[in-house]
Amino acid sequence: MKHEINFTLNGEAVTCAVDIRKSLLEMLRDDFELTGTKEGCGVGECGACSVIIDGRTVDSCIYLAVWADGKAITTIEGIAQSDGQLAPIQAAFIEAGAVQCGFCIPGMVLASDQLLKDHAQLSRAEIRRGLSGNMCRCTGYQKIIDAVQLADAKRQADPKTVVLPHFKIEQ
Amino acid sequence: MAQKHIIGQAESRWDAIAKVKGQANYTGDFPIKNLLHGKILHATIAHGYVTSYDISEAEKVPGVLKILLPEDLPQIKYSTAGHPWNLEPKKRDIEDRTMLTRHVRVYGDDIGAVIAKTPLAAKQALSKIKVTYDTYPVYLTPKQAMALDAKRIHEERDNVIASTAVGFGDVNQGLDEADFVLHRQLHTPVQLHAHLENQVATAFQSEDQRYTCISSTQIPHICRRIVAQANGLPWSLVRVKKPFIGGGFGNKQDVTIEPLAVAMSKAMGGKPVQINLTREESLAYTRTRHAIDYDVKLGVKKDGTITALDMQVLSNQGGYASHGHAIGGKGGTFINALYKMNSLNYGAKTVYTNIATAGAMRGYGMPQVIFALECVIDDAADKIGMDPIEFRLKNHQPDGFYNELSHTKQQDFRIGDCLKQGPEAFKWQAKVQQAKAFNQLQGPTRRGVGIAAFSFGTATYPFGLETSGARLILLPDGSFKLMVGATEIGQGADTALSQMAADTLGVPFESIIRDAITDTDTDPFDTGAYASRQTYIAGYAIRDAAEKMRKMIIQRAAATFDIRGEFMDIVDGNIVSVSDGDLITTVKDMAQASYFDWQTAKTMVAESSVNIHNNSYASGCTLAEVEVDLQTGKIKLLSLMNVHDSGKIINPLLAAGQVEGGMAMSAGYGLNEGLVYDELGRPMNNNLLDYKLPTTMDLPDLDEIFVETKDPLGPYGNKALGENPTCSPAPAIRNAVKNAVGVGIDTIPLTPESVYDALQAAKAPKGVS
Repeated sequence: MKHEINFTLNGEAVTCAVDIRKSLLEMLRDDFELTGTKEGCGVGECGACSVIIDGRTVDSCIYLAVWADGKAITTIEGIAQSDGQLAPIQAAFIEAGAVQCGFCIPGMVLASDQLLKDHAQLSRAEIRRGLSGNMCRCTGYQKIIDAVQLADAKRQADPKTVVLPHFKIEQ
Repeated sequence: MAQKHIIGQAESRWDAIAKVKGQANYTGDFPIKNLLHGKILHATIAHGYVTSYDISEAEKVPGVLKILLPEDLPQIKYSTAGHPWNLEPKKRDIEDRTMLTRHVRVYGDDIGAVIAKTPLAAKQALSKIKVTYDTYPVYLTPKQAMALDAKRIHEERDNVIASTAVGFGDVNQGLDEADFVLHRQLHTPVQLHAHLENQVATAFQSEDQRYTCISSTQIPHICRRIVAQANGLPWSLVRVKKPFIGGGFGNKQDVTIEPLAVAMSKAMGGKPVQINLTREESLAYTRTRHAIDYDVKLGVKKDGTITALDMQVLSNQGGYASHGHAIGGKGGTFINALYKMNSLNYGAKTVYTNIATAGAMRGYGMPQVIFALECVIDDAADKIGMDPIEFRLKNHQPDGFYNELSHTKQQDFRIGDCLKQGPEAFKWQAKVQQAKAFNQLQGPTRRGVGIAAFSFGTATYPFGLETSGARLILLPDGSFKLMVGATEIGQGADTALSQMAADTLGVPFESIIRDAITDTDTDPFDTGAYASRQTYIAGYAIRDAAEKMRKMIIQRAAATFDIRGEFMDIVDGNIVSVSDGDLITTVKDMAQASYFDWQTAKTMVAESSVNIHNNSYASGCTLAEVEVDLQTGKIKLLSLMNVHDSGKIINPLLAAGQVEGGMAMSAGYGLNEGLVYDELGRPMNNNLLDYKLPTTMDLPDLDEIFVETKDPLGPYGNKALGENPTCSPAPAIRNAVKNAVGVGIDTIPLTPESVYDALQAAKAPKGVS
């Protein structure tokens, strides 16, 4: 059975008649061809499928697609600027050498970006706690935490780089 | 104009931008029209025979197109191990499996398959297939499978699939001459690779009527061969494409699902079929790190001389041979590489059992043997009252040691430097004093420090064939397309290899263009990503190709400007005079001329292929600091540092990332990880909730230093690094726990329960247990 939903996807108002059994992850990948969101476990253990829903980091594999109705969703494809310029957190991941196989990276980048938005300043311990729901097998997390710290330091040094909030629904 | 060296620079990996943008396509991300979905029917017993299938209900599920039973597919036996093909039949990997089987050797064995229009329909059909079995006794350990009355797991061979002994000297005499003999039994667990991307493969008949398999594989060229062999096809009828891959760590050095994906497509008349394993399937039903049991006797004199080491090894192979004895049999050479001793006897058996098939996993047997060795070495130092670092410094092999067991001269072997520079950087002495002061407070926790050393080979010579090819194409704007069969699996090989090409050519790093896909139809032959071989073996091929290309460009400039070639050099993309650095022309101008000059146009391609017959031994050590809760047995890792003798570091940023990831994997090995089975051979924790992969909360900041030299043999002074970091953290942690609480625990992982039990046992009065 299909159900029609309306939501904001990476800043754009969209409509989708979606199979009610589908997860948000399946809808993003199959119906919107946004394959940057990855499936690592399908049951909310690894965080590879993390997306941002109304300013919260969520495992899209255990979030029903129909629940997206009325929400604002940001995926990895939606955080660079419209001219393609990388978001500060994306640039920090590259500069810190945080990327290896890259499969956890979309979720990790989104979770990190939201973490930065939620805190004016972050300690390494807070970064560790904030990213504890996102698994990585390549990096030992060292350079991922470095990247978040780097992005944090850069915004402290230059307040102009403060990242815009993720897309919210216009009231 | 000074040559700008690109080797040794922290260049950003070329694919990082695509990966942070979510733009990088992995196998499951390609849009394929009318894609069908294949699912595997897994056995629900660990040992037995399928006497019948009832597929009548499953066939009725809407969307189900075909149900495959073993009889429907070729019954050709093949091996899944990612080794080069051997022309000598006797030296080939054991060929002991078919794509589907009625003979169940492990829980989850592939006994059937469903092809459907949707993954859901395929899953529903699986649940409706009724299977009847004859059940056989289940053997979980080598000892059980070696019992006199044990049934053969494979009819055609003994459960002990191989048995070897290597060594030198008289071990019995050595043990007699020792002041102390330590006798220990040590055990390592079934570790899982747990790459974030599960195995996935898509197969279809391409326009030329051959079969293409897009796969998440570390070994595209070997994968092509094995897919063809299993399906009874000529090798050239199969084409394998490897896009970005979400980690492999050795698991994707076995060809697990690809033959079946192609067979499914064949069964559907060439339509595209994808097999996409679930997390639970990937963890329990693919490959694992061998669990190995060690029985060790070490003889030591009061002055620290090691008189004898006798190590008896039982390697748990699981249900199929895969890489087989190559792993359990490997230790003797590298014990000899690391320490001096009067005698050594390393006897190893690899044994079929009914647990998951063990294969290659990062370190390939070394994490196991180094755990066993470094526990006993550390205990020996304690026994004679010698500092553990001093004991290792006294006994390590010197630079230039000739290893008789592998016929390898260990040139530029810097373990001594690691053991000196590591403790200094780690502030070992200060940490020892801090731990003593902390422990004197008699609080609920104790602190301690520990060390472990290792040696590691680069690639597989003299045991395996080491070939690699490279191709460089000069593009019209003076950039170069680099084509290699060496496989990027996330470790950064493509970036390191591009740095090599740029460095030898004398052009900027950005001038080298790689490809997101390795394609067996177009890329030169290389056996793939394993054995920490690629920067070394493919490095020679790239150096050769780049030198050829450089010569061609200079020849063109020499002809154009009437200047002898030896008077010219290529620096940062410019062709300059050697004597005064004056600009003569540019690589770009020569490239343009090579495509478009009316008289002389002739495009430039440089090819190379190498067969390497040398090996550079690497080494290193880990230093660990822990805090142990005496009441709960919980270990907190306070600090961890790896020290590496890996020759010249091609890219320090990527190298550090490799080391940190390896350290985390080994910390997990020592502290938390292990697949466990019930008595029926059913895996109990094949999910990421119950299989304890380290998270950000479980690790401290990870430190590493490189004892950097230039290896005299390595193409760019480099030697192995990719797997090395996984060798020594687990035993260093174990030794730190012993330093903290006075009890050496010989079975990993050191879970809170096992530490608690060990502490209780140590407290119990002698004679009571």
